This record gives sequence, C-alpha cells and structure tokens, in this order.
Amino acid sequence: MNKHDTSIALATVHTSTRHDSAPKHVSGSAEYIDDMIEPAGTMHAYLALSTKPHAEIVSIDYAAVKASPGVIGVLTAEDIPGENDVSPSHKHDEPIFAIGKVHFWGQPLFAVVAETRDQARRAAHLAKVEYRDLEFVTSVRDAQAAGGKLVTEPLKLERGDVAAGMASASRRVKGSIEIGGQDHFYLEGQIAMAIPGEDEDVTVFASTQHPSEVQLMVAAVLAIRQHAVTVQIRRMGGGFGGKETQGNLFAAVAALAAKKWNRACKIRPDRDDDMTATGKRHDFVVDYDVGYDDSGKIHAVDAVYGARAGFSSDLSGPVTDRALFHADNAYWYPAVRVRSQPLYTNTVSNTAFRGFGGPQGMMAAERWIEDIAYDLGRDPLDIRKANFYGTTTDNVTPYHQTVGDNIIHRIVDELETSADYQARRKAVLAFNAENAILKKGIALTPVKFGISFTATWYNQAGALVHVYKDGSIHLSHGGTEMGQGLYIKVAQVVADAFGVGLDVVKIMATTTGKVPNTSATAASSGSDLNGMAAYDAARQIKERLTAHAAKLYECSEAEVVWVPGGIEAKGKFVGFAELAASGYMNRVQLSAAGFYQTPTIHWDRATGRGHPFYYFAYGASVTEVTIDTLTGEYTVDRVDVLHDVGRSLNPAIDIGQIEGGFVQGMGWLTTEELVWDAKGQLRTKAPSTYKIPLASDVPPIFNVKLAEWSVNAEPTIGRSKAVGEPPFMLAMSVVEALSMAVASVADYKIAPRLNTPVTPERVLMGCERLKREARG
Amino acid sequence: MSKGAIRFILNDEEISLTDVKPDAMLLDWLRLERRLRGSKEGCAEGDCGACTVLVGRLMGDEIIYDSVTSCIRFVGSLHGTHVVTIEHLRGKDGILHPVQQAMVDHHGSQCGFCTPGFVMSLYGLWMRQPQPTQVAIEKALQGNLCRCTGYAPIIRAAKAISSYGAPEADPLRAERIAIKSKIIAIHDGSRVDIGEGPSRIIVPGSLDDFADVYAENPGATIVAGSTDVGLWVTKFMRAIGPVIFIGHLQELKAIKTSADAVQFFAGVSYSEALPVIGAHFPQLGELWSRIAGEQVRNMGTIGGNIANGSPIGDTPPPFIALGARLTLRKGVERREMALQDYFIAYGKQDRQPGEFVESVTLPLLPEGEKFAVYKISKRREEDISALCGAFRVSLDETGAVAAAKIAFGGMAATPKRASAVEATLVGKPWTLATIEAAMAVFEQDYQPISDMRASADYRLLTARNLLLRFFHETTGVSQRLKREVA
Repeated sequence: MNKHDTSIALATVHTSTRHDSAPKHVSGSAEYIDDMIEPAGTMHAYLALSTKPHAEIVSIDYAAVKASPGVIGVLTAEDIPGENDVSPSHKHDEPIFAIGKVHFWGQPLFAVVAETRDQARRAAHLAKVEYRDLEFVTSVRDAQAAGGKLVTEPLKLERGDVAAGMASASRRVKGSIEIGGQDHFYLEGQIAMAIPGEDEDVTVFASTQHPSEVQLMVAAVLAIRQHAVTVQIRRMGGGFGGKETQGNLFAAVAALAAKKWNRACKIRPDRDDDMTATGKRHDFVVDYDVGYDDSGKIHAVDAVYGARAGFSSDLSGPVTDRALFHADNAYWYPAVRVRSQPLYTNTVSNTAFRGFGGPQGMMAAERWIEDIAYDLGRDPLDIRKANFYGTTTDNVTPYHQTVGDNIIHRIVDELETSADYQARRKAVLAFNAENAILKKGIALTPVKFGISFTATWYNQAGALVHVYKDGSIHLSHGGTEMGQGLYIKVAQVVADAFGVGLDVVKIMATTTGKVPNTSATAASSGSDLNGMAAYDAARQIKERLTAHAAKLYECSEAEVVWVPGGIEAKGKFVGFAELAASGYMNRVQLSAAGFYQTPTIHWDRATGRGHPFYYFAYGASVTEVTIDTLTGEYTVDRVDVLHDVGRSLNPAIDIGQIEGGFVQGMGWLTTEELVWDAKGQLRTKAPSTYKIPLASDVPPIFNVKLAEWSVNAEPTIGRSKAVGEPPFMLAMSVVEALSMAVASVADYKIAPRLNTPVTPERVLMGCERLKREARG
Repeated sequence: MSKGAIRFILNDEEISLTDVKPDAMLLDWLRLERRLRGSKEGCAEGDCGACTVLVGRLMGDEIIYDSVTSCIRFVGSLHGTHVVTIEHLRGKDGILHPVQQAMVDHHGSQCGFCTPGFVMSLYGLWMRQPQPTQVAIEKALQGNLCRCTGYAPIIRAAKAISSYGAPEADPLRAERIAIKSKIIAIHDGSRVDIGEGPSRIIVPGSLDDFADVYAENPGATIVAGSTDVGLWVTKFMRAIGPVIFIGHLQELKAIKTSADAVQFFAGVSYSEALPVIGAHFPQLGELWSRIAGEQVRNMGTIGGNIANGSPIGDTPPPFIALGARLTLRKGVERREMALQDYFIAYGKQDRQPGEFVESVTLPLLPEGEKFAVYKISKRREEDISALCGAFRVSLDETGAVAAAKIAFGGMAATPKRASAVEATLVGKPWTLATIEAAMAVFEQDYQPISDMRASADYRLLTARNLLLRFFHETTGVSQRLKREVA
C-alpha cells in the first residue's frame, strides 16, 4: 500500500455521518471539565484582576482576602517554583501574576484558593491594591502616535518594483480601514482542573486546543520535566482559537495550587472576567496606497498593517504575518510591499481567532477593490474579476509562492449564475432608485485561504491506534475536539481503513500521554494532519495483519484483500474480529503509532520567501441586504455560498463549518463591537453588552453549497481540504453589500469606506457622511 | 418563627428545602448540590440560555411550562413549581426524546455546550406550538446563543420535531397529572418563612400577606422575575437578604380590562401580557417581542421593569406616552401617580420604604390618535436599547397638533418626556415643516451620553429621525425595515 495513496474509500468517509457526541450533546451527558465529578477535597481558585490599564503596583494588602470565609490561601508570583510566565512565543513577556507593573485592565495579580468557587471569587475582590498610574494607549492609532512600540518582530513581504508599479498606474488611491477585533465567545469559558499525583506528577484537565503546550507550560511553571505532566481534554465547549494559548494560565494556576496543597484544584472565571482577562482577535488599522489603471487593474500595492497586539507577544507575530499572507486574498498584485506592525497596547494580549489575521488582511484587500470600483463607477465584482490570480501566469503571491491550484474563476462564475447575481443587482439598483428611506445592496466576494501552519514545524501529527483481541479499535491522536467534528472525521478514516463500522472505533480523549509533542488543533489543520497520522497507524496494523493472513491462509500478500467487515484470502472471508484474535494468538503487534508531516512546505521569514502553504481553499458568497437610512438598522436578506472543501470527508460536518463560520464572520463584521472606555477598561465583556449573532440574524434565505467537483490537487486525506477557517471570510460580502446600500445615497459616486464592525451606527453615520460629501 | 419549606418537584422527585439561602441560584443548586450537570453556565446573567430549564407553574388548573434561565432563577422562587431539566428528557430506556432526535439528525450540535439549553427551549416551543413558523422558532430561540452552528441546522431541526412525535405522545406527559396534584397541594395559601436575618426567605401566601410582610420588613428585597436582582447576585455579589419572593402570587398576575383602560398587576410577565398588549396596544407588538429573550420574557415582569427605575427599560417610554398611572401600595394604603413622575433621577424613584408597585394602568388610545414606539439597538433582538422612543399625537379638526406626548429611554438618566419637542409641535399643522422645526429642538430635551451601545451623536440623530419616521408613517409614507422570512 502506498503511504500517500489515501484516495481509497469504503463505507464511511465522504458520508454525512453525525457528530460522534451528538446524542450526548442533546442529552446533557456530554462531559465538559466543569461537569466532571471532582475528587474529594477539590479546591477552587479564582483570579484577582487589575483595575488599571497601566500602573506600578505600589502594594497589595491580602489581609481581608485571607480572612474571608473558606479561603485556603493566596497564590502569588512567590509561590511559583519555576517560571512566572506562560508566553507561547517564549519571549518571557507574559507573567502569570503581574510583577511590579500591570499592563492592562484585567491583568491577573494573584489567585485566591478556597473551599468553594463562590468563596474564592468573593475573596478575590477584597485585596487592597495601591497603584501609581502610568500613561497608557489602547488603540492602534494611539499606539502609533506614541512611537509604535512593537511586541515582536514585524514582517515585510515584497515582490516586484513598487515604485515603478505606482508610476505606471494612471490612478492612485490612498486610504485606511479600521477593522475591529472580536471576542471568541466560546460558550464554555476557560477552565482547568489539576489533580496532584505522586512525586512530581500532576494531571491537568484543561479546556485547550493545545494540550502539549499546556504540558510544557505547567512543567516550566512547576520547574519539573514534561514527563511528569499529563494533560487531557475530551471536548471543549467551543474554541475558535481562544483556547490555543489562553488556557495556559488557568491550567498553570490550577496545577500550582494542586501541588502546593496536594489537593485537586479547579479554576473557572466568570464570563465577565474571562472576556476581560483573555485575548481576542486583533483589531487592525490598514493604511494603503494602491496604483491601478482605467480598466481597474491593480499595478501596485503598498500597505502597512497596524495591529492591536496588547501587552505581550502571545501569537501576534504569526497572526500579523498571516494578515500579510492574505493581503492578496485572491488578487494578483504585479508589485507589492506590505508591512506589519504588531503594536504594544495596554490591552489584553490578543491571540488566535479563526482565520488568524487572514480575515483582516483580506478585508483590507476588499476595501481597495471597492475604492477602485467606486472611483471608476463600476460594479465591484468586475474589479474583482479583473484582478484575480491567473492559472498559469500572474499567479505568484507576495511571498513568492506560485498559486498552482487556482479555482476561483470557476467558483465565482458558478456562484454568479446560481445566485442570479446580475439580475438581482439590477433589481437592487431599481429598488434604490424608487425608495427614499430603505436602500438595498448586493455583493459577491471571493475567498482564497492558505492552508498550513506558517510555523513549518507545527505541520506534523501523531496518532495511536490499538486493535484489541475482539476486534474493537481504540483511537487516539493529537487533535482536540471543540465541536468542529475532528473526532468523527478521523474515526471515519480509521473505520474506513479497516473496513469496519464506526461503532467498532472508540474515540479516546486527547491526552499527552498517548501522543506526544502535538501541535495545536488550529490553522484548520486538524483533519489534514491527524487524519493522515491515524491513517498511517491503521496502515501499519493492516500491513502486519495482511502478512499474518497470507501466512495463515498460505497465499501471497497480494491475495489478501481488505473488504468491508474483514478480509478475503483465497476466496475465504475472515471477519475483522476473527482476524484480530488470530493475529494476537500468532503474536502480531496490534498497536501502532502513526505519524505525518506535511510535504513540500517551507518558509524563510527573513527573506519573506517560500512555499508556506500546502494548498489553498477557495470559496465565494453573495449577500443582499437592506438598510434603513433613518436609523442605520439593516437586515441581511439573502446569502448564497459556494465553497471548496476538496472531496469532503463528511459533507454534513463541512456544511456545518461553513454555515457556522459565515455567521460567526458576519458577527465579527456587523454587531460584535469591542469598546474600551477612556479609563482603559473593556466595556463589552458579557453577552448583555457584546452581541454575537442570534438565530434571527441568520439570513432568511441561506443557500450553502459545496463545490462538489473540487478535488484537492495535493494527496491529502481522501483528497479533502481544510474547512475550519476559510468559510469565516465568506462574510466579507455582508460588509460589501452594506457598503453598496450606503453608497446609493450618493448615487454610487463615493466610496463608503465603512469601518468594521459595520454597526447600525456606522451605517447611519456613513449615509450622513456621503450625503454631506455629495452636497459638496 | 421558621415555618414551612420551599417545596417543588424536580423532574420526578419531590423536593423540600428548609436551609436554602435567599441568594441560591437554581443552576448552581442543580449542578453542585444535585450533580445534575446537563444544564450549563455560559454567562450567569440570563443572556446565553445554556442553562435553560423548564419551570411548570399552575395557571388555573393547567400547568404552564416556561423556559427560564436557571442561572438567575432563585431556588426560593420555585415554591410550588415543577422544574424539568435536560436530564429528564431521555427515556429510562435510553431512547431520545423527539426534540433530541431531531437535533441529532439535523446536525444541530457542534461543540454541544449550548445544546441542552436549545433542546429545552425547543421543547417548550413544541409543547405549545408543534408546527412552529420560522418566526416563532426564532422568537423562541432569542435567548439561546450558539457560537458554532450559525443556527441554520437548529432551525431545520426545530421545523422537523413534530415528524418525530406529537406533543400528545410526549412520554413526559403521562406523569403530569400526578405532578399537578402535588403542586396544587403545595399551594395551600400559607406563608413560607424560613431562615433568619439576612438569610431569611419569605414566600407570602397572598397579595395581602405580601403587603403586610413587606411593610413590616421594608429592608427586604422583593424578587418577582429575578431578571434584574439575579444579576445583583451573580455579577455584583451583592447581599440581598432577606428576600420576599412574589413571582407565584396569582393576584399580582391579574390583567383587568375596562372600557377605557387596561390594568396590569405588577407580577404579569412580558409573555403573559403579550396577548393583551397585542389586542389593545398593537403598536407595542414589535417592541414586546424584542424585549430580551424568551426566557427573560417568561420571567421578567411589568412591575419589575418599572420598579427599579432603569433609564433603559423598554416599557417606560411607551407607557409614559400612553399616560400610564402607577398604583403603589404599602400595607393597606394605596396611592396613584403618573408613571412619568415616578422616575426622579438616576437610581432614585418615588417609592417609600415598605411600598411596592402593585399595578400599572394603561389608558386605551382614543380613536384617531397616532401612536408608535421604536426601539434601536446594535443587534436587532435580545439587546438593550441604545434608545427607545415613543410618540403620540392627536390632531384637532383643523389638522393641527392638539396634544403630543413623546418619551425616550436611553437619552437621559431616566425615561424622559421630550417637552421642548412636544411644545414645538403643539398648535402647529402636522406637516413636514413642523416636524423639521421640532427635530431641531431635540438638543433642548436630551444631552445623551456616549457609551458601548451608541455615541451621543448617533442617539440624537436617530431620535430626530424617529420623529420623522413617525410623521411619515402617520401620513401613509410608511417604510419600515422588516425581516422577510418564508
């Protein structure tokens, strides 16, 4: 069997199998960490948070905290045997407990440990903290004005001669777009529970996308080796990137307390504290200068991407890098120079969030497309098409990777037809001509998204498959389940490989003890990496069983054929359970560790050149909206999506990712607004003030289709493509449709340049500005 | 001193509590005391719905099941109810309930954390409306947040539930007769009074009993729907004891309709008021369905929305414009006042110690008067108003404005009349020129603040434009945004 020939398909892959946990989800019996029955004597920790955005800590008086009912003790930096740091970038810039200074409102100062969570929480508010205020900045513009201090090294991507490109362009547009951040609003907040063991051992149950990093952090904090730390996670109640690094601190605090008092310890912040103290999607301000010609073709792009990184580096380096990697979206720039600014601000340290900077980069690209369209009086879709990457020429990215699998033309053409875009655009224009108060807009936007971690070493995965004597299968891999359906997809791959039913495969919780040195389940890579690693493990066991069967039934290995339910050897069917049992009796190893590393990718950050992405995922969407020009309120009336997942491992799961990703993206771009007040405090920190989409915000007509003809050009598992992040950016068409509706108040002659999120307020203020400018 | 117990039915088990704290919440009690951990905490403020359970209460001789957010529902408020949690839905034989099976088959869960809450909300909907429209589904789910699915598969599941079984065949229906008789027995008209001092819980036996006990204990916290007081506990960790729970009092749920007015007693929930609002004040219908989410509408009361004096409560602006009158009661003494006079300043209302809001009376709108209310919020539904404006105008025989009542929430520290705007309108012909003149004087009435919901500029501009919208609608040039669903 060819190690990379994964195109074979039996019963279960490429079918719409339901989520493995669905019956438990609907019954309330799916266990999340807070649902686990705690060991006797479990303590509860709670963080005390700073109430200044930037200040020296003069003193902390713990007397009232310690005297509070139920309090067992207080954990401070002095209680940390190892490193007071959970920086995933290893820059040592993210203390667990602030030392000397606080850098944002909500930074953890210390933790209280008590008999109950309620006691710990109440006590955490009782410390008397004396501060000496320092100057602070919370916004990108303020940070730039204050000197532009960075939290990590910026990146520059450059290709072609930008000066010459600008000189050759008959038209030029300069502008900027502010792109707001986003809170993850995973329904299950951050949580961890640590149980001390003998010697240095500690077991940590953590709601994390990255168990191996939690393991590393806990070991470093406790000054013990990684082999003493076991981290386990069965499922998260949502992650979206918010549990890639942000769980580290909570796990570390639980482990510290557990080892200090030799009792189990759980920590779970209240929603307000979770939203205040954990990182979010980066806000960006992109300043751009674009040269183009009378036909709308871009000649050169020069842009700077300022990002609110927060007080520490966290993942701001790779996030701002990915913004630059997606500065092109699906567009060919003959000459381009893009630079990132991961700016220090006195706000919570921003982090991974579905798309990982890519969405912000792509939103900026759509902005200058729109500028060009309104300047030339053209449908923005024409400008988009005029600038798409070619398939054989004009297909080199700003990072010098050739786009070899470009299908954006076909995707857009098919969607334009199936969504009846041209006729509907005419109808929208006619509606606007006849209506004074309500205005409509329609837009089609493309998505091209690069798949692979740009940290090349992350593109590896392991799996562990056991076959027991009764033919039941035990499946472990390094990926984590946060709702995206990774577990079922990998189980489908394994069941398929052995030709058995899914009920034969037991999906195990992810634990560092089964598969070591794993990567975060992130960058949409879960199925690509872990599916392949599990497939590799299954392949090894199958090869041994094939050899065993050939010997047992006295035939060549080629005469042993895997069929649904078992094998056929010399015309005789042997069921899988029987085969496993006979394998055991003949001392065949029925367990295997599988491994996978993504081929062909490489990346040199210093030169800004390489082939960082294994392949690209594509998609497009059409959105139609109606706005109210008296109040700025609007409705999203219809959305049509055509999206590329290669050959889907599970169409139902993939459709779920697309629908869910679109709505989450729509929330980011419309109603989810992060507001910091003049004192530096985040004021939108609970569902009462931070508004994610509701069922009634979903477009009443919402047609989502897979590009069923698409097959991954690379030999991925089942020739599928990643689906976690790319659909998120489909929501850009909502912004563009709102823009068109706003533009109508000035007869489409002025680019509306709405910043995001496009709240009703921004729509109304946009209409007012355009009316003013149109009057002159 | 202590008498009785907080008694209710949890799924199929009789519960009797004598040592429960006044600030104990149902969700924590389920999860920590009973180890029923299917209901989840997502926000602890009644906004995400992950903790949704059904609470059955006696209405006449029926048990009505309301979806409620257990994170802000006090245990002490459950006396004489039937609490149904997610754990009770799946049959003892392991067979999924129709609601659950529909969700599984339509891929309605991804991470699964919000799912038990969705299942409970959908169960509540299916019981009263087995073939719901898309709009009904969306309204029933306004109080449930999902971050994974984009809701589309959940809506598909909701539409399909009845193909998995009819409410008449609900396996849980069989047990309800026995449960009803147990609940009737609990409601024996006597006061429950347990605990001492700040730990005291009082569940009055009647409205008069409540009036007496509150007059005697004016420092007690009154809890009706707990949608505000609940957050004092879960978010601000305030001590609220002793507490008087009044949500069960049938007399406070009365709605009395006369020839010229409707009197709502203070304990009427938004959900209970809806049919009467729809019949007598259809202009409030849209606003009503945009107040919070279904669970909070099932819990929150008309009296509560007024009593605590929030500047952004949704009912005061239209109620003021309608000329609502409040009845306040202390012991056996009652007094009446215009609602607009009740709000004195931010956090300050005209309510004496021991006195409570007993009812609010809304005069019916005389024939020919023009009336509208508009709520503006960042997210259309389940959001707190950035501003909420109510407009009422009557014209004389010449077509001039005879009287105008305009009131706004979100524009000042209290719900407030627009006196300068009204004065500009009165006596003038109802024309665009008059409206434009009135739009120019909004600044005299309101100097709104900028906050996380909206900027001052937006509030003022929108308030003016709403007057314009009102004018357009009264003159037949009506163009209002409407979400078109199939």
